[in-house]
Amino acid sequence: MSTLPAQAKAVIIGAGIVGNSMAYHLARLGWADLVQIDKGPLPNPGGSTGHASNFIFPVDHAKEMALLTFDSVRQYKEMGVFTECGGIEVARTEERMQELHRRMQSAKSFGIDGCRMLTPAECVELVPYMDPDVILGGFYTPGVGVVDSLRAGTIMREKARDMGALQTFANTEVTGMVVEDGQIKAVETDKGTVEAEYVVIATGLWGPRLAKMAGASIPLTPAVHQMIDVGPVPRFADAKGDIEHPIVRDMDTNMYERQHGNGLEIGSYAHRAILHDPEELPSVEEAQLSPTEFPFTAEDFELQYEQALELMPEIVGDETVGQKYAINGLLSLTPDGMPLLGETPEVKNLWSVSAVWIKEGPGIGKAVSEWMVLGDSEIDLQASDIARFYDHQKTRKHIKERTAEGFNKTYGIVHPNEQWASNRNVRLSPYYERQKALGAEFYETAGWERAFWYESNAGLVEKFGDAVMPRTAEWESRWWSPIINAEHLQMRETAGLVDLTAFVEFDIQGPGALDAVQRVCMRQMDVPIGRVVYTPVLSASGGFKSDLTVMRLAHDHYRVVTGGAHGMADLKWFGDHLPADGTAHVTDHTSSLTTLGIWGPNARRILESITRDDVSNEGFKFGTCKTIEIGPLKVLASRISYVGDLGWELYVPMEQGAQLWDALWEAGQEHGLIPVGIGVYGTTGRIEKGYRAFGTELETEFTVVEAGMAPPKIKAADFNGKEAHLKHRSTDPVAILCSLTVDDHTSSTGVKRYMMGKEPILTTDKKPITDAHGRRSFVTSAGSAPSIGKHVLMTYLPPEYTGEGTKLVVEYLGDHYPVTVAVAGATPLFDPKNERILS
Amino acid sequence: MVLVLVDHDHGVLDELSLQAVTYGRELAAATGEQLDALVVGADGSGVAGALGEHGVATVHVAAHDGLTDYAPVAAARAASEVAARTGASVVLAAGTPRGNEVMAHLGAITDLPVAADCVSVAPGSPTQVVRARWGGSLIEEANLHGSPALVTLVPHTVAAEPGGSGAGDLAQFTPELADGDLLVIARPAAAEEKAGVSLADAKVIVSGGRGVGSAEGFAPLEELAELLGGTIGCSRVVTGNGWRPHTEQVGQTGTKVAPDLYIACGISGATQHIAGCRNAKTMIVINTDPEAAIMGYADYAVIGDVSKVLPAIIEEAKKAKAG
Amino acid sequence: MDVLVCIKRVPLSGGKFTITGDGLDIESAKLGFTISPHEEVAVEEAVRIVEQHGGSVTVLTLGPADAEEQIREQMAIGADRGILIETNGAEWDPQATASAIADAINEDESDFDLVIMGNESADASGYQVGIRVAHKLGRPIVTGVKGITVAADRATFERPVKAGRELYEVPLPAVVTVLDGLNIPRYPSVPGRIRAKKKPIERRSPERPEPKLEKTRLEVPQTEAKQAQVLGNGPEAAAAVVEIFKQIGVI
Repeated sequence: MSTLPAQAKAVIIGAGIVGNSMAYHLARLGWADLVQIDKGPLPNPGGSTGHASNFIFPVDHAKEMALLTFDSVRQYKEMGVFTECGGIEVARTEERMQELHRRMQSAKSFGIDGCRMLTPAECVELVPYMDPDVILGGFYTPGVGVVDSLRAGTIMREKARDMGALQTFANTEVTGMVVEDGQIKAVETDKGTVEAEYVVIATGLWGPRLAKMAGASIPLTPAVHQMIDVGPVPRFADAKGDIEHPIVRDMDTNMYERQHGNGLEIGSYAHRAILHDPEELPSVEEAQLSPTEFPFTAEDFELQYEQALELMPEIVGDETVGQKYAINGLLSLTPDGMPLLGETPEVKNLWSVSAVWIKEGPGIGKAVSEWMVLGDSEIDLQASDIARFYDHQKTRKHIKERTAEGFNKTYGIVHPNEQWASNRNVRLSPYYERQKALGAEFYETAGWERAFWYESNAGLVEKFGDAVMPRTAEWESRWWSPIINAEHLQMRETAGLVDLTAFVEFDIQGPGALDAVQRVCMRQMDVPIGRVVYTPVLSASGGFKSDLTVMRLAHDHYRVVTGGAHGMADLKWFGDHLPADGTAHVTDHTSSLTTLGIWGPNARRILESITRDDVSNEGFKFGTCKTIEIGPLKVLASRISYVGDLGWELYVPMEQGAQLWDALWEAGQEHGLIPVGIGVYGTTGRIEKGYRAFGTELETEFTVVEAGMAPPKIKAADFNGKEAHLKHRSTDPVAILCSLTVDDHTSSTGVKRYMMGKEPILTTDKKPITDAHGRRSFVTSAGSAPSIGKHVLMTYLPPEYTGEGTKLVVEYLGDHYPVTVAVAGATPLFDPKNERILS
Repeated sequence: MVLVLVDHDHGVLDELSLQAVTYGRELAAATGEQLDALVVGADGSGVAGALGEHGVATVHVAAHDGLTDYAPVAAARAASEVAARTGASVVLAAGTPRGNEVMAHLGAITDLPVAADCVSVAPGSPTQVVRARWGGSLIEEANLHGSPALVTLVPHTVAAEPGGSGAGDLAQFTPELADGDLLVIARPAAAEEKAGVSLADAKVIVSGGRGVGSAEGFAPLEELAELLGGTIGCSRVVTGNGWRPHTEQVGQTGTKVAPDLYIACGISGATQHIAGCRNAKTMIVINTDPEAAIMGYADYAVIGDVSKVLPAIIEEAKKAKAG
Repeated sequence: MDVLVCIKRVPLSGGKFTITGDGLDIESAKLGFTISPHEEVAVEEAVRIVEQHGGSVTVLTLGPADAEEQIREQMAIGADRGILIETNGAEWDPQATASAIADAINEDESDFDLVIMGNESADASGYQVGIRVAHKLGRPIVTGVKGITVAADRATFERPVKAGRELYEVPLPAVVTVLDGLNIPRYPSVPGRIRAKKKPIERRSPERPEPKLEKTRLEVPQTEAKQAQVLGNGPEAAAAVVEIFKQIGVI
């Protein structure tokens, strides 16, 4: 065996499905001189890949994961390691049947074809050893299959080796990481040190341990997934291959059953979450089976034996069929259930490709390699960006509690607005106690407790009556209140006070500040001091990396304000694009500044009554900011709006927030000021104004032109994604973001139903709509537009469907509802001339 | 006095007992004591000469009408009688099935502790022993509280070597047997054709894993095993797929083997498999993957597909056999 | 026919052992637990005897409270009840173990026509507990057995020896220690596991006597890592392989 080279372009640590995918795709994209190491032996180094159940269900409610899985299946098929067998998700309860209809929606929305709902009898036709009396129905995905992930790994390594790009070293353990000036320089191993420009951590469960060596953080925890194998099954005695029967997911028991040769494998995500410590994994030598296969704890499987027996009595109840094998296999869980991808925010050129499952491994290998080599990936990875975490989210407590809570959501029915229960009250705004007193219902964003609506406004529901668009179906009423729509209507009449403390604020300062923001932001940043600019931030390919507002506070001083959920990734993005000469720097002010928004026709009257500064329409124009005095407070006021009404965002130091609230509150009483929650700010206020949201409408896969946000003129200065954007402008878009209204909400059972988002938009003959780039039309955001009395759906549509008045259909929980294209592009449905904002 | 319990099969001396005698001689020399031996059964007197050459002063022969075949309780009864009569400080036997068995009976009869499978014994009060646990995967140091010290010796702890100045005098006696001491006595079964070689005892094992590909894929493995007078082994994947019966599974959940030659065909080398075959004297691996884990335990490797490599080896082996 | 099988909870070996700080035990925090393969076949044999002749199978162990796990596993195979002689986790030497087992048998309501044990435990490998128990009970014992035939009041045991096998015929009640390979133990069925949950376990907790075989230290023997010598690629390597066959004398 050759010796470890002294230098490499990139060192890939890990030879599981992820490391092997990275090795292949980096090589394919032209990186030579790759070194891959693993402390275990090959082809199975003993990580989670080695004991994975290796089956793939492509349908997922998260688009990013669905697309990555889809691409992975394509790659597995190319390698000849994919065996299609089909899969059925069965329901034992009515609520689950509804969830299966939702899965049908996701299948259609993300382009996974051939799926269908099954009756119990149809389920048993496909899987004859299942008891039809236990189930109410099933959701069948013909494209479900099983892969040989170890073989796939070997093939990918060999391909990279054949390109002359890769050397792999097994049984080589990392002992240290060399970091200089915040940048990774070398990997130290028990076989020598390799200097490297890039280091990729693709070690699954060991990621946290390796990241720590470099001073970075990979917030995941190893968790147990239990699996048993029973056999030999008489019915499978003549089985020719590994799998010939569809895989069954018994969703309500959090279990799956799959034929494996002459045995039946039964897996469970149902037991209590058994979490381990990444620091305490055994070595390859110490481990009884492998470092990620722990001894089976039968007491955690007691209920599962009985449930498996219920569903498949013919096999599981057979006294001659024995439990041949059982493990507690370890897999990686993250606090929010998404993978951990990208360059670590702590160490330059140190990349994490962690918490990735077999089903998405090759797809993620491809996407992250594109991101590393080309600066951008075809599939948007923003929800998996490892830079998304705040410090509190990297703590042991947060990771343990959220992963424990999230574990049972693996097969659970997760409501789109479902809130986490654990590790709450981590970040409290200065108004928290006042909000509590007003009966705030708190939702969490990035650790912040945010009032979603206020019980103190309950009386308004009666006032507005049917205009609040009351909901009767339990699903849409969950995590929702008609008070949200009532607050919306009242704000439009008088004024609302909105806590926006969760905003992320950071400053770009220095002689090079202008150049820095010009490079990152699409819009013109060379503006007069005191201007506020809302701007897209583009990826290299001209898609959305973010959207945010930038205030010019001085000639060499810009303040960026962006959303809490994505703020940390934005902070990293700006930091990564500072001028190389050090003439600009970034300072995060998120925890030192608090923001209150005040909007509504009476907003000016309230503000006028407590400040001597000019806040008239002429004296304080829309799109500008300036410091005003309110009592003893110096307040940075910014006249913009995301709810479509006259008003300001007001910034003060965190410790003065309470005083600002009180001043506005007191002055507002005679002007009908009410507290307004994020239900209005995040959904109803924006959706009737056609305002897009990052992560739903805006993502790297869609262009600024398609989003209807292309400015009339493009600035002369160069900026990220400019070249791509100019190309987009010169051709007709293949999809345009539209706002649709629902014409009739009545379901087949006569109940009024309200879509929640991600539903497929279909032609009137119920056919999926696909644009020229192969993207399906589905609802990106859905919500009430109380001012116009409509339920509004946003969706990208191919041009032939974008004519105003075009009739289409939305599929929701098994029923179809007529919808009409109300607006193509960004024109607001409510107050289309923006008279309110500009008044 | 150091007393060694010597096993024989109708007058044929057990080689491993001679190792115990050799070790006993060293113990006796160190403490300045005499070395005696006990053989059970009148037909055991024939081994006295050999024992004398190995330094045994007196060979006690327990002769009894009932002692025609191996009878463990009776043997232990005779041993307890000699040990008491001669005031033995150490009673030693080979750590064989019979040696361990008789010593355990002696321990039960005398209510003294027994240390089995020792690799070193330092007589004293207490006697300090070092012994094997987990089939040699662990070493234990222990104190043995009792006299005489009853110990058995792990085979091959020392090599049997003649030496010492023992006369090998015969001292035949009739042990006093209690009722039932002859209740358990071996009756040799009629000799019969053995149906192949058992996995645990096989000198050569041709073992197959996932890389063999199917039940049919084992045909060349069987052919090679037969050529080499060996037997078939397999990995867990193979039994899991139903290609071979569980009896042939080598590994932690199967049989642990220690053949002279282990040929691992298409076996990647999961930890649990290695646990069963790491004691092979020589291991040859045939595998398509030069990086397979099993390479770290093998002496020799052929990189290639089992279905292509094995037929070539069989052909070569046939030629070699034909001369 | 009432049969008692004695089992012992031991860490699942396979990888490399690590010794605890005090040098007296195996670090087992990351390990699973099992019983010796000898004991697995012992339970299987007992279940088969009872399936054939009627009666009951009782499983006895001496060990920590957690050893209930091993009793339940064997109940899933078919054992009917359990006796757990509970210790605080400290090892009992063979004499103490045998006394406690013999006391439990003597005090049990059943006379146990046959007591089956493994030939030696997987961990301590003392080769003597069964024999000591037999002496205390005043019953015949045959060890190292790989074949059992039971009649009404007699049993025939087969023991493999170098030359072939020996037969032992003894009256019942008797004690026998057995070897792996006696049978192929079945895997527990799921219904068996569900039934096992409800079967009774009797607990006893006698005092641990001072050990007469007193463990003072454990250590892991050193072994060297190998590096395979590659003889060649594909069929061309055949001659080199046969050369090795000749060197080690298997051809």
